[in-house]
Amino acid sequence: MSTVNYSDKIPNNVNLSEDRTLQRALEGWQPNFVNWWDDVGPDGSTAYDVYLRTAVSVDPQGWAQFGHVKMRDYRWGIFLNPGDANREIHFGDHKGEKAWQDVPGEHRANLRRIIVTQGDTEPASVEQQRHLGLTAPSMYDLRNLYQINVEEGRHLWAMVYLLHKHFGRDGREEAEALLQRTSGDQDNPRILGAFNEKTPDWLAFFMFTYFTDRDGKFQLSALAESAFDPLARTTKFMLTEEAHHMFVGESGVSRVLARTAQVMNELKTDDAQKVRAAGAIDLGTVQRYLNFHYSVTIDLFGADQSSNAAIFYSSGLKGRYEEGKRTDDHVLKGQTYKVLEVQNGQLVEKDVPMLNALNEVLRDDFIKDSVAGVNRWNKVLEKAGIPTRLTVPHKAFNRQIGALAGIKMSPDGRVVGEAEWAAKKSEWLPTSEDFAFVASLMGRVIEPGKFAGWIAPPVMGINRQPVDFEYVRFG
Amino acid sequence: MDMLVEAGVIKQHLIDPEICIRCNTCEATCPVNAITHDDNNYVVRADVCNGCMACISPCPTGSIDNWRNMPVQRAYSIEEQLGWEELPPELSAEELEAAGVTDAGGGLDAAVQVEVEPVVTPGEAPFMSTSYGATTPPWSAAHAYTNLYAPKRPVTATVTGNFNCTEAGFENETHHVVLDFGAMPFPVLEGQSIGIVPPGIDALGKAHHPRQYSIASPRNGERPGYNNVSLTVKRVTHDHQGNAVRGIASNYVCDLKVGDTVTVVGPFGSTFLMPNHPKSNIVMICTGTGSAPMRAMTEWRRRLRKSGKFDGGKLMLFFGARTQQELPYFGPLQSLPKDFIDINLVFSRVPGQPRRYVQDAVRERAADLASLLRDADTHFYVCGLKSMEEGVLLALRDVAQEAGLPWEQLAATLKKQGRLHLETY
Repeated sequence: MSTVNYSDKIPNNVNLSEDRTLQRALEGWQPNFVNWWDDVGPDGSTAYDVYLRTAVSVDPQGWAQFGHVKMRDYRWGIFLNPGDANREIHFGDHKGEKAWQDVPGEHRANLRRIIVTQGDTEPASVEQQRHLGLTAPSMYDLRNLYQINVEEGRHLWAMVYLLHKHFGRDGREEAEALLQRTSGDQDNPRILGAFNEKTPDWLAFFMFTYFTDRDGKFQLSALAESAFDPLARTTKFMLTEEAHHMFVGESGVSRVLARTAQVMNELKTDDAQKVRAAGAIDLGTVQRYLNFHYSVTIDLFGADQSSNAAIFYSSGLKGRYEEGKRTDDHVLKGQTYKVLEVQNGQLVEKDVPMLNALNEVLRDDFIKDSVAGVNRWNKVLEKAGIPTRLTVPHKAFNRQIGALAGIKMSPDGRVVGEAEWAAKKSEWLPTSEDFAFVASLMGRVIEPGKFAGWIAPPVMGINRQPVDFEYVRFG
Repeated sequence: MDMLVEAGVIKQHLIDPEICIRCNTCEATCPVNAITHDDNNYVVRADVCNGCMACISPCPTGSIDNWRNMPVQRAYSIEEQLGWEELPPELSAEELEAAGVTDAGGGLDAAVQVEVEPVVTPGEAPFMSTSYGATTPPWSAAHAYTNLYAPKRPVTATVTGNFNCTEAGFENETHHVVLDFGAMPFPVLEGQSIGIVPPGIDALGKAHHPRQYSIASPRNGERPGYNNVSLTVKRVTHDHQGNAVRGIASNYVCDLKVGDTVTVVGPFGSTFLMPNHPKSNIVMICTGTGSAPMRAMTEWRRRLRKSGKFDGGKLMLFFGARTQQELPYFGPLQSLPKDFIDINLVFSRVPGQPRRYVQDAVRERAADLASLLRDADTHFYVCGLKSMEEGVLLALRDVAQEAGLPWEQLAATLKKQGRLHLETY
């Protein structure tokens, strides 16, 4: 069993050095975590000194400390946002009561399930991205990938802390299981579908971090409202790190588009084959990747009608996005929300009880946020004088979960027959040829300041460093 | 952080909308709530940001680290920034010089609210009056809707009233203008403001920026139950140095006819709001068109009092103008019952009489103000010309200290509890 220097190795604000029970639980778990990192963490990265941002406390100076460190020595911290002893539950049936510092017995199973589901996504994305370091388009991008990896690792620590601290033996067992499931494993896969999909190339990675990490933002925001105060404070702090992941996705796709537009303008063509031949990713491929990642991600919000969602909300476990800024009664009984279903081959809206539609509410908040970012991508094309615009597909396109699962739908929202779907699928979703083409571009570029030909350099470096800064020092 | 203002130039903190990913980290991090957003952009309030830099390193994009030297009078407003698709270029030294004191545009309009710290002479220990202003509303304030209409998608209102609310034939005429929104949603609270976009283009061929005016009517309308608001707008004919200048927006508004339509953005403001609980006292200190929010609050209390609420809360008004003839709403103010509001009017340019300013009246009423300062239900509102702010706060400080109340501690409490609000221009 390893001995851990708590104050130094694990920066925390949860009084870890005084908490013997928690120490013992972590001493059991920590070596297994390190083994997991070595086994399925970033490929071939052990010897690198990476310019990482490390959190050592929750104040702005403390959680944004930059320096070259080996990822294995990254200080996985346990942080809760500063608490308010008088915080009140502000939604659901317990509204107005004092927030819980301990898990109420009747909500134990549901809370554990929520935390485990969230926790399971964190190591999953590290596993999904483990090979990407071998094909990084630049040293700058490599560093960003590694930053995301360690932060996902820290988010796992955050959830494991909650399990160890508040769920006793059950919690310890669940924490172990988080290291035993593996993304894409046939026998013991990760809990949610999107986290078992492959992230085969960097375009997929950027789409994943744009869309799927944005799902993380909305889920964490909903949990940051929780009546269970330690969960609310933990997820609030995680959100500050999640922002970097979305930045990598948004700016990554922007840079792909900037480069593609540049090639299109240089060659004066919108012919996909000519663009490809010039080593850039054609806009059709970008749109198909977008369609895929968007539709897979909106499935993550769950069924459009869910009694669990109603229970989680009414019992105060999980609020809505920006619950505190909304002006309704925060109880939502007797209210309705519109969800989609197909009747006689047509999409129709129907009113369902609001409480049962909360997954759909969160999904719609996500959609609004996502669309705004896609519009920012379009500005890149607009600025370059390219008339093509990217769009998000219809909400019912390519869905596998909820009432819309199994319905064949075009991206623009028409219900289509099997024949049309089969004929058009290759126009709407990435094909094996698309994957093969994008994979063919993935060569490793790690000289400072140099970038692969399919992506433009970023506007600025990380932490105001120059773009050609040595973000990774190879051992 | 040290001064953001130097020799009439503000070092304005801005966010690059082309790089920002709208992740909310800056807004969540900012210790003084200087950052806000709408569906389009994240922006920094020039009057609240103290340049503490807490937001800089947590920002994942670097978009937060942008600064522009701007003439104080022309600092980019929130609504301007919300409409941006890219950062405006830095003004050149010549442009700065040209745009500074010689600005003849709406930047000098009476009701444009660009709030920055005063210029300080090196070596003097500054009394930072702005630092006392609260950035949170009172606990019992109603929830304010803001930015429902951005400059890119404004709303149209119809003029249903426009009259001079100062005495006719005297200098510095001030108009009371009523705008009706018809069926368009435009919920407002007392203390909020709206932006008016003057038609036409400026000297550079660009559309005019919106000018911000405080709302002078209560939440249920200038006429109760109607979807209308009123504004108090002074016709600008001279700048602050006394040079002749014709304010673009103020003259446009003052010349509006009933039936005209106006382009409106907003509403704005989520902190300069009145308390709702029945025992709260309101001390209002204003000059000129700074009376607009005070009229709104007073009228709302008057309507509530008529319906039998608010018997406990006191209202106290300190209102300054150059002369009685220039004081907006002088007539209506006289008809308010003495047991409803304690009115103190002061005039600074009455021939044959010594000049009196609002802070003089504040000192004269020290005994009553001291007991109100002790009362945790009292809220203070200061609105009017920038130059009054420091004098008023120094007077309040003296009142407190003479009453044995430690000012810094009291001021910190007032600020923290959203009980001292400053809005000067």
